[in-house]
Amino acid sequence: MEVLTVNDLWVKYYTISGIVSAVSGVSFKLRKSEMLAIVGESGSGKSTLGLALLNMVPKPGRIERGEVILDGVNILKSSPREIMKIRGSRISMVFQDPFTTLDPLRKIVDQFEEFLIEHGVDKTRARSIIKEYLEAVGLPERVMYSYPHQLSGGQKQRVSIAMAIALNPQVVVADEPTTALDVIVQKQIMDLVDSIKEKYKSSIVLITHDLALALERADTVMVMYGGNIMEYAGKTELYGNMKHPYTRGLFEALPRILQKTLPKSLPGNPPDLRYPPPGCVFHPRCEFAMEKCKSEKPPLIEVSKDHIVACHLYG
Amino acid sequence: MMRAQSIFTILKNKYISTGLIIVLVFVFMAILADIISLYSPVDPAGPPLQPPSRDYFMGTDNLGRDVFSRIVYGSRIMLMIVAIAVAMSGAIGTMLGLISGYLGGLLDRVLSFIMDSIYAFPSLILAISLSVALGASPINAAIAIAVVYVPTYFRMVRGQVLSIKNETYIEMAKALGLPSIRIVLKHILPHVTRTLMVVFSMNSADAILTEAALSFMGLTVQPPTPDWGFDLYKGRGFILLGYWWIMLFPGLSIPLLAVGFALISEGVSTLITARKR
Amino acid sequence: MSTIVELLDVVMDFETSSLGRKQKVRAVDRVSLRINKGEIYGLVGESGSGKSTLGRVSLRLYKPVKGKVIFENKDITYLPERVIRPLRREMQLIPQDPYGAINPAQTIGEALIEPLQVHFNTSKEEAFNRACRALEEVGLIPPEDFMDRRPMELSGGQLQRAVIARAMILRPKYIVADEPTSNLDASIRTSVIKLLLDFREKYDQSILFITHDIALLSLIANRIGVMYLAQLVEEGSVEQVIKEPLHPYTKALLSAIPLISSQIGLEKVYLKGEIGDPANPPRGCRLHPRCPLVLEECKSREPPLIEVGNGRSVKCWLYYK
Repeated sequence: MEVLTVNDLWVKYYTISGIVSAVSGVSFKLRKSEMLAIVGESGSGKSTLGLALLNMVPKPGRIERGEVILDGVNILKSSPREIMKIRGSRISMVFQDPFTTLDPLRKIVDQFEEFLIEHGVDKTRARSIIKEYLEAVGLPERVMYSYPHQLSGGQKQRVSIAMAIALNPQVVVADEPTTALDVIVQKQIMDLVDSIKEKYKSSIVLITHDLALALERADTVMVMYGGNIMEYAGKTELYGNMKHPYTRGLFEALPRILQKTLPKSLPGNPPDLRYPPPGCVFHPRCEFAMEKCKSEKPPLIEVSKDHIVACHLYG
Repeated sequence: MMRAQSIFTILKNKYISTGLIIVLVFVFMAILADIISLYSPVDPAGPPLQPPSRDYFMGTDNLGRDVFSRIVYGSRIMLMIVAIAVAMSGAIGTMLGLISGYLGGLLDRVLSFIMDSIYAFPSLILAISLSVALGASPINAAIAIAVVYVPTYFRMVRGQVLSIKNETYIEMAKALGLPSIRIVLKHILPHVTRTLMVVFSMNSADAILTEAALSFMGLTVQPPTPDWGFDLYKGRGFILLGYWWIMLFPGLSIPLLAVGFALISEGVSTLITARKR
Repeated sequence: MSTIVELLDVVMDFETSSLGRKQKVRAVDRVSLRINKGEIYGLVGESGSGKSTLGRVSLRLYKPVKGKVIFENKDITYLPERVIRPLRREMQLIPQDPYGAINPAQTIGEALIEPLQVHFNTSKEEAFNRACRALEEVGLIPPEDFMDRRPMELSGGQLQRAVIARAMILRPKYIVADEPTSNLDASIRTSVIKLLLDFREKYDQSILFITHDIALLSLIANRIGVMYLAQLVEEGSVEQVIKEPLHPYTKALLSAIPLISSQIGLEKVYLKGEIGDPANPPRGCRLHPRCPLVLEECKSREPPLIEVGNGRSVKCWLYYK
C-alpha cells in the first residue's frame, strides 16, 4: 500500500545568476514501513526533493509541476494552513545539523511541548507524549529539562527524531541525519531509525550521500544525479545487479578495507544546473557515453521487476 | 579591485548618494573658497548687521563681514581639523588594534586596559581638557580629537582580528612560514577595511560635532580666522536683538555636514550586511 | 629506518571560557609518536579525540605544554617562530575545508606566488611560471584559467587541488593532511588522494594522514595510530591494526563502518554513549564508561601503553600480563 506518491516533480531555483533546475521530473512511490534511501552527491537535488515532499522548498525555489500525494491528498495543492497541520503530524523531517535545529535558549521540554500544542495536543497529554518518545529514542528523562547545549550531538539528533515521530506521522524524511556525527554515533542513530521503523511502522525517506549506508540500511535505493533519477531498485537487487554507470561509479568509489588499490573515482565535476548538459545529465562524466546520450534524455526503463534505470545502454 | 558594477551599486544606495552629495558640496566649497566667496572673510564687506539680501545672501555680521564667505572659508578649517584628527586616530587605532589582537598576551591586556580607560571617559570633556592642556591651535585641537577616538578604532579592529585570526587561511599562512607582519597586513587588514569604512564615516560625523564644540570655546583658531563653532558662539548674543542670520548659518552647517557623514556610514553598513547574506 | 618527525610525551592544553568560567581542556595527553621517512602514518579518531591538535603540534603551529617535538633530529619545541620560519618550507599542512584555506581576497595565483617570494625571493616572472607549473601538476589545466580566479569561483575538488598545489610549491618533506577529502564528494575523493600519493612518490615525502575514515587508511597508510579522548590507545602496522584490532575502541570503529564491517570477519564491538567531555575525562581508562569489555581495574586505574611485540602497542588492561 502506498503512503506517499510523487508524480513528475519539477523544482527550480530562480537565482540572480540563473535558473537552477534542482529536481527534474522525479516520480516514485513509498510503501508503508518502507525505508527509501535517496542517494546523491552535492548538487544532485536530493535535499531539494526532500524539502519538496513537505512542500517547504525555500525561496527563490519554486515547485514548477508535479504532485506529492500523501494519503490521497496532493499536498502541493493544500492551503498554507493545511500544510502547517500536515507537517509534523503526517509527514515530518529530521535535518542534518542537530546543532542548529533546536532553539538554544529554551529547554527541550518547552520546545517539544510548544510543537505538540500547536498540533492540537492538550498540555497533560503532551507531557506524557514527550516522556514516551524521549524514552523511545533512548534518552533519559532528565533530558527534558536540559538546554540543547547541554546535550551531545547524538543526543540532540535523538531529540529531533523524537519530535519527528511524536505525532506518529506516516512518513519521516531524514536529510543526512548522521552526516554531522561520528561513525560510532552514526551507527547508534541508524540503529535507532531502524528500530523506530519496526516499532511504529513508519515509512522513512533517508536522504544521504553515502551509498554504503543506503545499501546497508534501506529497503529501496534511489540514486539521483543532477536532479534526475539515475537508478531505482530494491536494496538486494541493486547490490547484486547495479546497472547505471553512475551507480557503479559511486559504488567503486567506496574504499574496500585493506585492498591495496585505491577506489576508483569519476572524472570531472558535478554539472552546473543552471546549464544542465543536454541529453543525459551524466554523459560528460560517463565512460560509456554514446552519441545518443549527448542529445537524447534517456527514459526510465524497467530492466527487471521494480528495477528502473535511466540509461541508453539498456534501451 | 572595485569594479564598475560595484561602484554603481554603492551609488544606488540612497543613504550613500545623499551623504556623498552633502559632503562633496562642503569639500568643493573648501577647495574653491577663493572663487566662490564674493568677499574677504576677515575684512568688512559692507555695513554691519545687514540681513540676507541679494548682495550678502547670508547677511553680514556685527563687523560687517559677509557671513556666507565666513561659512565658505570656515569649512576649510573644519574639514582640515576633522580630516587630520580622523586620519590620526584611524591610523593609530587600527595599527594598535592589529598588533594587540594578533599578538595577544600581556601587550594585548595592557593596551586594552588603556584604551578602555580612554573610552570610558566622556569624550567631549576629555577633548576639551586635552586641548586646554595643549593650548589653543588647530593642530592641537586635531590631536585632542584624535586621542579621544583612537579607542573606537582600536576596539573595532582588535575584535575583528580576533575572529579572523581563527580562520584556516591564517593558519595556512603561518604553516607556509609567512612573516607575521605580512599576515597582518595582507591577510587580516583587507578584511577589516569594510567595517573600517563605516567607523571612519561615523567617526567623522562625531568629530565634526566635537570640533565645533572646541571652536565654540575658542580652542581652535584665533579670531578673526573664520570658524563655524566660534562664529556660532559670537552670534548667540545677537539673536535676541533679531539678527538671527549670524548664528543660523554656522549653526546649520555643522549638523548638515555631520549628517552627511552619518548617512554615508549608515549606507555603507547596510551594504556590508546585505553582502554578507 | 630514519625518522622525520618524533613527538615525545606531548601534552597540549587549551583554555576555553564559557560565561566567564575558565576551563582547561587537555586536547593531547602524553602522546608519543614517530613518523618514519617515506611513511604514511594514519591517525584515526572521532571529533574531540585530539588528532588534529596533535597534527598541528607536530608542525609546531601549536607549542606543546610539555614534551618534545623533534623534526629531522632537531628539537624544535621551544624555538621561537622566527627560527622555525625557514623550517616551514620543509613541512606543510593540508586542511579539511578548502574554502577556508585560501584568503578569499586573494586570487589562486597570488596565493601560490606568495610563499615563493617570501622564502626564495623569487622574481615575479619566475614565481608566476612556477605557480602555473604547480597548477598543472595538480591537474588544473590550463593553469592560466585558474590563476586569476578567487577561491569561491572554484568547485570544492578544484579548490582542494589548488590548496595542495600551494602546499607543495615549497617542496616540503613532511605533510600533515588533516581530513583532506572529508568535505569532498565521494566520486572525486580518490582522485585527490591519488594526487597526494603521487606527490609523496615524486618528492619522497612523509605524510601524517589524519582522518575518521579507518577504511580509507587501510588502503594508504603504512602504520596506524588510534586516538581516543586525547590519548593514543593503539598503534601498529596497518595490517595488524585492521585485521586484528586489539583495543575495544578500534574494534568499535571498524564495526561501525556501513556495509564494509559486515564483509570482514571481525569480532563486533558496540559502544554505548558518546565520546566524553575532554575537559572532564573519565577516571581510569577513558573508554571504560562505554566499553562492553570493561574490567574492575579499568574504572580506577589508567592502563599503560603496553608493547605487545612487532612494534604494536595498545592501551588496555585486557592485554596486561
